[in-house]
Amino acid sequence: MNADLKASRSRSVLKLAAAAALMLLVLIVIPAFVEVYQMQLLIYGLIAAIAALGFNLLLGYTGLLSFGHSAYFGIGAYTVAFVVQYLGPHSMEFYILIGIPAVAIMSALFGYICVRHTQIFFGILTLAISQVVYSLALKLYWETGGSDGLRVPRPTLLLGWLSFSGPRGFQQFITSYYYYVLAVFVVCVVLMWVIVHSPFGKTLQAIRDNEIRARFLGIRIRRFRWIAFLVSGTFTGLAGILWVPLNGLTTPDVLYWTFSGEIVFTALLGGFRNFTGPIVGGMVFTYLKTYAVASTEYWQLLLGVVLVTLVLVLPTGIVGAISKLGQRLARGKS
Amino acid sequence: MAILTIQILNSLLYASVLFLIAAGLSLIFGVMRIVNLAHGSLYAVGAYVTAWLVGRGIALGVPLKWLFLLLPVGALSVALIGMVIEPLLLRPFYRRAEEYQLLVTFGLIQILEDMMRLIWGGTPLSADTLMDALPIIHVGGLFYPAYNLVVIGVGVIAAVVLWAGIYHTKFGVMLRATSQDRRMASALGLNVGLVYVSAFGIGCFMAGLGGAIVVPTQAAVLGMGIDALIIAFVVVVIGGLGSLKGALIGAVVVSFVRTAGIQFFPELELAVLYLIAALVLLVRPTGLFGTA
Amino acid sequence: MILLKTVNLRKQFGDTRACDGLDFVVHKGEFLSLVGSNGAGKTTLVNLISAHLQPDSGQILLEDRDITYTSVAERIKAGIARSFQIVNLFDGLSVFDNVALSIFSREGKTVKMATLAEHDYDVRREALEVLDEFDLGSKAEVLAGGLAQGERKLLDVAVAYALRPRLLFLDEPTSGVSTRDKAQIMDTVSSVVRGGGVTAVVIEHDMDVVFRYSDRIVMMHEGAFLADGTPDEIRANKDVASILLGAPLAS
Repeated sequence: MNADLKASRSRSVLKLAAAAALMLLVLIVIPAFVEVYQMQLLIYGLIAAIAALGFNLLLGYTGLLSFGHSAYFGIGAYTVAFVVQYLGPHSMEFYILIGIPAVAIMSALFGYICVRHTQIFFGILTLAISQVVYSLALKLYWETGGSDGLRVPRPTLLLGWLSFSGPRGFQQFITSYYYYVLAVFVVCVVLMWVIVHSPFGKTLQAIRDNEIRARFLGIRIRRFRWIAFLVSGTFTGLAGILWVPLNGLTTPDVLYWTFSGEIVFTALLGGFRNFTGPIVGGMVFTYLKTYAVASTEYWQLLLGVVLVTLVLVLPTGIVGAISKLGQRLARGKS
Repeated sequence: MAILTIQILNSLLYASVLFLIAAGLSLIFGVMRIVNLAHGSLYAVGAYVTAWLVGRGIALGVPLKWLFLLLPVGALSVALIGMVIEPLLLRPFYRRAEEYQLLVTFGLIQILEDMMRLIWGGTPLSADTLMDALPIIHVGGLFYPAYNLVVIGVGVIAAVVLWAGIYHTKFGVMLRATSQDRRMASALGLNVGLVYVSAFGIGCFMAGLGGAIVVPTQAAVLGMGIDALIIAFVVVVIGGLGSLKGALIGAVVVSFVRTAGIQFFPELELAVLYLIAALVLLVRPTGLFGTA
Repeated sequence: MILLKTVNLRKQFGDTRACDGLDFVVHKGEFLSLVGSNGAGKTTLVNLISAHLQPDSGQILLEDRDITYTSVAERIKAGIARSFQIVNLFDGLSVFDNVALSIFSREGKTVKMATLAEHDYDVRREALEVLDEFDLGSKAEVLAGGLAQGERKLLDVAVAYALRPRLLFLDEPTSGVSTRDKAQIMDTVSSVVRGGGVTAVVIEHDMDVVFRYSDRIVMMHEGAFLADGTPDEIRANKDVASILLGAPLAS
């Protein structure tokens, strides 16, 4: 590679790092300027971003559109709830420690069934599986609390070092939990970035672009799709694990197909062909949904309309549109 | 013995409705190579519209005999909706990546499901007056509504009409030609756009008809669309996407297994069906007669 | 020395005998052209040998090892690679990544998730070497989807070549390319392949290309071999001339 190409490459990496650092700085400093309610919303946004990040490994990078990702989010949430039921309240770390293997195993299991098929059948199979899990959560009410769900109390953080009670307990919890989730979020972003730029990530993209050719490079398509599914489900499951202590409650709603739809929406909104798309989508969607729910009872309808409009008008999502704009401006300059 | 006969009749009833939904889905896929995820929701719309029309009809004092005409009207309304959707929302995506198609039809599900909630609210909407209008017949020593036989009959007639339409009419030839090779068909002067919107309309009519004929036996409820979509999926998985024969056989198989399943595992009825779908997919990914 | 041999290889599609009991032999190091009219069975033969299709009967032997029923992945490991008639690239990845992927796959490194692909310097070096050999070095960062047709054809060959096969099948590497580009492509392909000691079987329709670059020409017609020899021998063969020019077969 000649020196010019190398130089421009380092320049763009530096730009990326600078932008990321700036964003991180903003996120770190924000709590000083906002109220508890806004911070809660931010945490939900970060959680949605993690869920979307996991989902997009399958969609953007492997070319598989799952309509059943609510299953993994919900399994993560319910696992924490079960831990509380049977082992009592614990630290967040304990929940994560138990939760991650649980979602990983279920993702592996369901993924194995689903990746044997492409596109349409894959999509509907993922939907069917999440509906099965939903109906189980609803019907086995003596275990799962049925439609009332299960409560999850405020956990302790940092292995019990930080606990939150008393009159200011809620506010302290939200502030601390914000930084906690932010830290996990950063870890997730870094992890996903490495995965996507690893040989494994390149292989997934190759499979996405041209399955036949990938096979003729000696790549075992099904195995890679399965591993991608596993990783994807685990990330989304982690989001569920982080979500339930904040929400205080998990219900079957979080396993219903409409929730899967929201996850799909966030990826599309941000742009599923970019790494940062899902992150932006997750955060923007959280705000969108909050305002939609507040303004009308039929926010599902509103979301559906926005989704269809997005696909028609802005298929590359927010980030895609911004990057196209940036390219056009750059070309205009030169 | 009588109970068995009733079980069989119930299975045939369910199969009839399933066949209509699945055949519509398969027809659309066979001709246009797209899967409309909102197909189940259109079935639900058919049920709701029909039930609502029946309700209005009764309120206006329309004699029962005429109310039966509302069944095809309900189906037609769904067909019309479909014929508006296809050129507006689906056609822009035929040349694009498949994901966009799936995304749009998924968004359509959200729109349709919430529209049903908006218009008709959360309480189930029934049309059992229609069912009650027909006599009860005796099967063995038990009673069975004659209306159910009508449903079975509609299913059989639909199968025959479809088969005749696709394989023995000029329009059917156009459908098949376009499904084989769109560009070739267009080069030969076929108006592909017209074929597409007609095929989609017919497919939606089938779904709407399924909803229309089922609603006198079971009230329209929110969420019936999604359940129908997934069960219809099980049917086309077993029978194969794109095959009329497959839709018929798949509907019968799923229906009978479901009846048996309800006997023994009522709690897990849905789960049993999904399990069957997963099993079939494991063994024969394209279904028994699939063209996918 | 014989590298690949097929024994009575058959493949039928309905009534059409695409491969009618073929005994095909490829010698180590040769640059062989497989010619014949459309439907003669050339692509089917290549598909059978590269495991894209399974034969109805017969055997495929790679240096006396029976590989008839091995999978695509196993055949690639054994040293058989191919390019496709319709260019088959990873359009969303850069030219560099396209080639690097072959190398990662060959080295069994594709499952690695925890390291950046960029940081594998051995793979990078080799990928760049291959790209330079195919005159694509300057386009390394360009997305494969953005290349000109001739470059895409070269990349297609480079991706297969980067698997370091012993036997490379190229399915019409110059189709859809202008005459001037054809010579350029074949010059590059021929010199790289020969220089690397790779045995090549090229399906080709352009007889000028065939006669200029091949060590040996094998002609197929309706599933069977019609002629087999050096360019000079083929030129002298009357049956071949009739097939090519449409005159009745000399008795």
